[in-house]
Amino acid sequence: MIFDIIIYLFMGIGVFFNALAGVGLLRFPDVYTRLHAGTKCTTFGSIFIIGSVVLIGLKNWWFDNDLNGSVLAIHSLFALAAILLTNPVGAHAIARAAHRSGVMPAQAVIDELEQKPVKKSTRRKKEAENVLNEEGGDA
Amino acid sequence: MMEFFNQYLIVLIALLICTIMAILRVIFGPTIPDRVVGVDTINTIVIVCMVIFGAAYEEVIYIDVAIVYALLSFISTLFIAKYLEGGEF
Repeated sequence: MIFDIIIYLFMGIGVFFNALAGVGLLRFPDVYTRLHAGTKCTTFGSIFIIGSVVLIGLKNWWFDNDLNGSVLAIHSLFALAAILLTNPVGAHAIARAAHRSGVMPAQAVIDELEQKPVKKSTRRKKEAENVLNEEGGDA
Repeated sequence: MMEFFNQYLIVLIALLICTIMAILRVIFGPTIPDRVVGVDTINTIVIVCMVIFGAAYEEVIYIDVAIVYALLSFISTLFIAKYLEGGEF
């Protein structure tokens, strides 16, 4: 039946994106890219998995005349709204805290926000001074 | 035996593997914000697991627990971020 196929398709898409979040969390090099993988992929996967649960509830309500199905669908929508409201705000707070506590990206040469080079090695420092001088020349 | 391996159990096992990957990041994370990112990801996946348990057992109370867990984990994430910034509460 077409309704079941849509439910399984949504579950498959959601599980695929959550698995991508796990792999990205293991493989990416620094905090900001890990945050990118771990927050956006789980939010997108959660939309599809909870959407499939909403479709299950609507199917039980519509075809089986089961009133518990409507309650399941509405409460799942509230849980989805909670995830959609809280997840990006938490990610932004973590990113700001990481930057203010001094964690730099892995390949970073200059800090655009502070307008000064990242102190790692002398070669990196020369590259950073070149980049900053070129930007100053353009401006 | 085949009723035990329904679609909900397959989805939950896949989400369990994702959670194990996030737990590895929490254990081996080189900096403290890495661990916070891992805990935040685990929180979101646990919310999704609770919603799927509610659909599998047809118990709506599990989904209510998921809503409350989402709001509490959001507040705890904000507090940890505020602590890492060195701000005052």
